[in-house]
Amino acid sequence: MAIASPQTRQARLLKNRAVQRFLESTSGLIGLGLTLFIVLAALLAPVLNPYDPATDRDYAARLQGPSLEHWFGADGLGRDILTQVWYGLRTSLVIGLVAVLIGLLIGVALGLAAGYFRGWIETVIGWLTDVMLAFPSILLAIAVVTVTGPSVVSVMMAVGIVQIPKFIRLTRSMVLSLREQEFIQTVRAFGARPPRIVFLHILPASLAPLIVQSTLAIGTSTLEAAGLGFLGLGAQPPTPELGTMLSDAFKGGYSLTAPWTIVFPGLFITLTVLAFNLLGDGLRDALDPKGSR
Amino acid sequence: MGRYILRRLLQLVPVLLGISLLVFAFLHLIPGDPAVTMLGDRATPDAVEKLRERMGLNEPLPLQYLTFLGNLLRFDLGTSIFTGVPISKEILQRWPATFELSVVAMAIALVIGIPAGVVAAVRKNSLVDNLAMGGSLLGVSMPVYWLGLLLVYLFAVNLQWLPPSGRIGINASFAPITGFFLLDSLIQGDFKALGDVLSHLILPALTLSTIPLAILARITRSAMLEVLSQDYIRTARSKGLKEFWVIGKHALKNAMLPVVTIIGLEFGTLLGGAILTETIFSWPGIGSWIYGGILQRDYPVVQGGVVFVAFVFVLVNLIVDLSYAFLDPRIQYK
Repeated sequence: MAIASPQTRQARLLKNRAVQRFLESTSGLIGLGLTLFIVLAALLAPVLNPYDPATDRDYAARLQGPSLEHWFGADGLGRDILTQVWYGLRTSLVIGLVAVLIGLLIGVALGLAAGYFRGWIETVIGWLTDVMLAFPSILLAIAVVTVTGPSVVSVMMAVGIVQIPKFIRLTRSMVLSLREQEFIQTVRAFGARPPRIVFLHILPASLAPLIVQSTLAIGTSTLEAAGLGFLGLGAQPPTPELGTMLSDAFKGGYSLTAPWTIVFPGLFITLTVLAFNLLGDGLRDALDPKGSR
Repeated sequence: MGRYILRRLLQLVPVLLGISLLVFAFLHLIPGDPAVTMLGDRATPDAVEKLRERMGLNEPLPLQYLTFLGNLLRFDLGTSIFTGVPISKEILQRWPATFELSVVAMAIALVIGIPAGVVAAVRKNSLVDNLAMGGSLLGVSMPVYWLGLLLVYLFAVNLQWLPPSGRIGINASFAPITGFFLLDSLIQGDFKALGDVLSHLILPALTLSTIPLAILARITRSAMLEVLSQDYIRTARSKGLKEFWVIGKHALKNAMLPVVTIIGLEFGTLLGGAILTETIFSWPGIGSWIYGGILQRDYPVVQGGVVFVAFVFVLVNLIVDLSYAFLDPRIQYK
C-alpha cells in the first residue's frame, strides 16, 4: 500500500475542509441546486420539449394567457412562451459561459504578465485596464456590438471584453502578493524560468479566487447579455433569447396587456443570475474564507 | 492637498486620452464604410461621398484622430446624422433629465440601503438580516428593465396610480428654467407641477435605485460588522454609552468610508446605466438618446454619448477620491 506524502495529505485535508465549508454554506447549496436545475433544463430542452422554438406557431393562441396547453402563455406571434424560455435559457447560458471564458483567458494572461514582469508591461496593461473600467460596463458592451453588429457571437465578445479588466486586476494582485512569497523565491533560486514559475506555481496558487470570480461573472455576464438583447443588440430572430423576448414584448406593447410575455423570461433571467451569485458566494465561503464577509 | 489634487488631475490625462482613442477606434473599426452603414445599402454614391466628406473620413487616420481630439476639447462632438442637431447641444439639453433621475434614484438607495445594512449588521443572522441580505441578492440578480416593466404594468396600467412614461404630463403648462424639473417647480412655487414631476419620477427612480440599493445595503452591513468588532466600540459600550450612540455616532461614522466609495462608483454607473431604465420609461435623458442612436445607426450620437458618459464616470470617481480627505483625516496625501 502506498503511503501518501505529507504534502498530498495536507492538500487532501485542505480540500476536505473546503468541501465541508461549502456543505455548511446554505447559499452555496441553494445556488448549486438552482444551477444544476438550470443547466440540466437547458441541456435537456430538445429531449423534454420537442417543439421548435422558431417555427412552432399557433396563431389562434396569439397572446393567450397561461393555460394547460401553454403553461406560460403564448407570445405575440402565437409561440409557446415556455418553449421560448426553455430554449432561450440555453442561449443565455452559452453566452454567459463563453463570455466568462473569453474574459478569464485574456484577463488572466494579461494579469499574469503585468504582475510578474512589472515595468512597462505593467504600465501599459494598467492603463488599458483603467481605460476599460472608465466605461460603465453596459456602454462598453454597446460600443463593441455597435462595431461587430448584433448577433450571439458579438454579445459573447462584448460581454467577454467587459470582464477582461476585472480578471486582469484580480490576477495581477494575486501575482504581486505571491511573487514575494518564500516558495516562489525558492523555485526562482533553483533556476526555474519565468513561464514555469508563472504557470506551474503562481497560477495554481491563484485558482481559488479565480474560480469564485468566474462563477460570479457568469451571473453578471448573463445579466449584461440579456440587457444587450433587450436593446435589440443580442440574438437575432428566430434564435430565442431571454433578453430579446423581453424586448419583443416591450416593443410590441404586449408588456402592458399580456404580462406573461414579460413575467416568465425575466423570472428565468433572475433565477439564472441568482443561481450563479449564490453558488459564487458559497464557493467563496469554501475556498477563500478570508474574502467572505 | 493641493499637490495631491493636481497629481490626481494629471493622472486623469492618459485615461481620458485612452477613452477618446478607444471611442475613435470603435467608429473606425466598424466593418465596411461607416458612411454606407449609416445611409444604408441603397444610398447613392454621391450621398455617401458627401457624408464621408462631412465626417472627415477622407483624411488620413492620425489626422482624423487629432481633429476628433481637438473637437472634443472644444466640446464639439459633431452633429447627429438624422436630426442634424449638434451632439453637444443635445447632451446639454438631456443631461438635466438623466442627472435628476440619477440623484433621486441614489437618494432612494441611500435612504433605504444604509439603514437596512446597519440593522442587518446589528441584528446579524436574525430574520431581519436574512431578509435584507436575501432582498439585496435578489436586487443585484434582477434585470432592472424587467422590474421597470413589471412596475409599469402594476402601478401605471393596472392600478393607474402613476404615469407610465415621460417627465411631466403632456397637458402641464410648465416652463422649465434650469432643466431640472424638481428644482424648477420649486423655484416657481408651482406645487401642482411639483406633484406632477414627482409622480413621473417615482417609477423610473425606484427601478434605477435597485442595484445601488442592494449593493449599499451589503457594503454597509459588512463595513459595520468590521467596525463593530473593534476595541473602541467595546470601550464605548463598557463605559455605559447607550447602544443608539455607539451605533449611530461611533460605528456608523467609521463604517462610512467604503460606503462613500461605493456611492461614487454606483452614481457613475447610474449615469451610464440609466440607458435601460430611460428606455422603458421614455425618459428624455442621455440613455434613451443613445438607445435611439443605436436603433437609427446614428454613430455620432452613440460615440458622443458614450464618450460623455465615460468622462462623467471618471470625474465622479475623482471627486470620490478627493472627498476622502475630508472624511478621513488619517489619510495622508503625499
